[in-house]
Amino acid sequence: MNLKLQKIFPQLITVLVVVLVFGFFTYNAQINMENRGIDFGYGFLSQESSFDVQFSLIEYDGSHSYFRAYLVGLLNTILVSVIGIIFATILGVIVGVARLSPNYLINQFAAFYVEFFRNIPLLLQIFFWYFAALRALPLPQDADAMLGVFFLTIKGLYVPAFIWENLNVFLYSIIAAIIAIVVIRIHARKVQETQGKQLPVFWISLGLIFILPLLSFLIGGVSLSFEIPKLKQLATTSFIYEGGLSLPPELIALTLSLALYTATFIAECVRAGIQGVGKGQKEAAASIGLNPNQVLKLVVMPQALRIIIPPTTNQYLNLTKNSSLAAAIAYPDLVLVFAGTALMQTGKAIEIVSITMLTYLSLSISISILMNWYNKKIAIKEK
Amino acid sequence: MSKINFLKPDKDNLTTFLYMGSFLFGISVIDVFLNSFFRLNITGFLPSSLSFIIPIILGFIGLHFIRIEHSGYKFLDQVNKNINTNNFNAILSLLIIFIIIKATPPILSWFVVDASFAGDSKDVCSGTGACWTYIKVWFRRFMYGMYPNAEQWRINLSFIALALLGSVGYFATEKFKKYLTLYYVIIYPFIAFLFIFFFISGGPVFFDFSYGIIAAVISIIIGFFIPGKFKFYYFIFVPITLYIALKYFIFYEELIELGKLDGLNWVETGAWGGLSLTFIISFFCLIFCFPIGMAFALGRRSDFPLIRYISIGFIEFWRGVPLITVLFMSAVMFPMFLPEDFFIDKLVRAIIAISLFEAAYVAEVIRGGLQALPRGQYEAAKSLGMGYWKMHIFVILPQALKLVIPGIANTFLALVKDTPLIFVVGLLEIVGMLNLAKTNPEWLGFAMEGYVFAAIIFWIICYAMSKYSYNLEQKYKTER
Repeated sequence: MNLKLQKIFPQLITVLVVVLVFGFFTYNAQINMENRGIDFGYGFLSQESSFDVQFSLIEYDGSHSYFRAYLVGLLNTILVSVIGIIFATILGVIVGVARLSPNYLINQFAAFYVEFFRNIPLLLQIFFWYFAALRALPLPQDADAMLGVFFLTIKGLYVPAFIWENLNVFLYSIIAAIIAIVVIRIHARKVQETQGKQLPVFWISLGLIFILPLLSFLIGGVSLSFEIPKLKQLATTSFIYEGGLSLPPELIALTLSLALYTATFIAECVRAGIQGVGKGQKEAAASIGLNPNQVLKLVVMPQALRIIIPPTTNQYLNLTKNSSLAAAIAYPDLVLVFAGTALMQTGKAIEIVSITMLTYLSLSISISILMNWYNKKIAIKEK
Repeated sequence: MSKINFLKPDKDNLTTFLYMGSFLFGISVIDVFLNSFFRLNITGFLPSSLSFIIPIILGFIGLHFIRIEHSGYKFLDQVNKNINTNNFNAILSLLIIFIIIKATPPILSWFVVDASFAGDSKDVCSGTGACWTYIKVWFRRFMYGMYPNAEQWRINLSFIALALLGSVGYFATEKFKKYLTLYYVIIYPFIAFLFIFFFISGGPVFFDFSYGIIAAVISIIIGFFIPGKFKFYYFIFVPITLYIALKYFIFYEELIELGKLDGLNWVETGAWGGLSLTFIISFFCLIFCFPIGMAFALGRRSDFPLIRYISIGFIEFWRGVPLITVLFMSAVMFPMFLPEDFFIDKLVRAIIAISLFEAAYVAEVIRGGLQALPRGQYEAAKSLGMGYWKMHIFVILPQALKLVIPGIANTFLALVKDTPLIFVVGLLEIVGMLNLAKTNPEWLGFAMEGYVFAAIIFWIICYAMSKYSYNLEQKYKTER
């Protein structure tokens, strides 16, 4: 009896405290909202938003609903996160490997990069790129073309747009190539297991992924042309580029700083992962006659990945959450569009902040579920 | 002299290869050096693309020539081993050397040579270099925010006093070492709190602060004469009693009078700012997030399911949302949750928000340490008859915390780097002040200098912290 009480009592107290705190908050919120004449509800989401957003992936203007504004912000957040994750991973892996290089200059250079960029607040870096570095770029009319088609100006980066014909045929051909590669891989593994022969899978795959889309151009009627941005004069001193794709400077500054900052952490994860594979493993692999490439591919990488992936996932999550700093330089992400402009207009603080937080929470949780699944797949399979 | 094979340098012609290689390598470096420092192009007679690439080719051939294993020269072997193991590494090394040489003159000229230091107006900054005059003129704003110039000695004095009080641990003799934990965990934060919230803030509440200090000093002095058995209770209860006694019974009348005579001017928290605010926020969040994090780490490993689930919910919630939305919440949503006549200062709200946010990260780090401890430690402690709290305070936590020093240091670093985000609630620490100064019409166009200045300050703080944590880790490392 006494033991049971001992187990239940602390839990009861904790729950009581939590319930009391929450009850206190809700009670106050109710009274406050009554006094100010605000009603609680998510109905405002379908109302007309009547504000504009500068950069949007989907069609949007003031006549659309608040929900659409939310989607615009969410998509912009996802865009920044995905681009940032790709660049941060590439840079992080290169720097992480470079830190282990036997070349003194290279590993010192990599170490300098890591120590430099990770000890400066991300917000400061974003400000630096946006307000200081990118402001030093030329005006549209003075910009020199890079490779003849890219224009980096103070108003953003202009790149040629692709104009496809029969794009779906091209996409089908890529999907077909991927399916063919998977089939060939399975077949090759079977051949190796039964007959011990090794098929040149890599070269076949490389050939397939190039030849099938190429065939789609020749036979399937796919064609691709570029629309190169052209300078257009609006007024005597005002120029813009027309045609092509334009990336706003906010997006460039944000992805640049997110990638540079997160890459330092990913580099450390990669370094720890590769160092974590014992020397004996490499020597054992070499002693059974694997060449250095095979050692890396079959022995070192699978083991290193197991150490690398969990912390790297955390870094991806951090990058996604850090992308919310976009609000500071007016890149229209979820926080700026929804928790900023929409909140100012509607005054629905509780609803909007809770939606925003829930969105980030579900983004984080979905990335971590995805990564946990992958991690489980490559983890040591113990019997 | 044997036959020379230029594709395969060997030991037989060591001197020949060494001279040729060093000569070519030297030429390439000198070419780049002259080019970047003095704008002299000694290969200018060649076509421009060739003239651009020639140092790399020459340097590459030079490094190829001196790549001789076991040459007998220690220096040469060292060079070969470190930067010149194969062709690929040689090219990378050359590129890095050239980049360093190329980057030095512009950086040097921007920072020092062409920069302006003198004067106190924008006019002196006409050169191509940095305008450090801008930093000089705005220095007080970057350090103290909008805190009145005449009152800034209070911030300086508080920080110096707290730094001195904080360094007590280094000077404590063996006899007092055992009180250090108590001092750092309870007394020091308490004194710091009094200093910052009363001395820097000022106003009539300043006298609360004087009572606090008097009470603390008297109680510490008495504390040394109390027998060890009662010391713990003494240090918790007596200062509070003394404080109340002093405030309401003894000095009440006289000090109120005194307060009218020379009280400190009240400075509202909205005027605080600059680097000092960065320190204040980091300091308090650091103090608060640690015990909260520890509690939730223990809660997450608790045997009681309800406590465990509540802890998991708390940790995962804060870890899943960005800090900026948390601050948004504290700015716009939190006031709705409080009774109408109840007001919490925005600095306090920001500190609470950041502390809760970082506490979740601290909790996960500490949980890692708790999980890393072998079961035997728990069982041994239990077999000695220790209860839950005794076991954790004396056996488990000291070991677990030792294990996670790097992780905790990283979290604290993240905390310091997150402080600029308080611009969301309208507080301007150093980065916020920079953005404010940048928009001043008198001083347009010096964004770069400001950001570089702040970056250097933050870099020094963070780098020092990470080095310190590394030392701490080495100091407390125990063999298992």
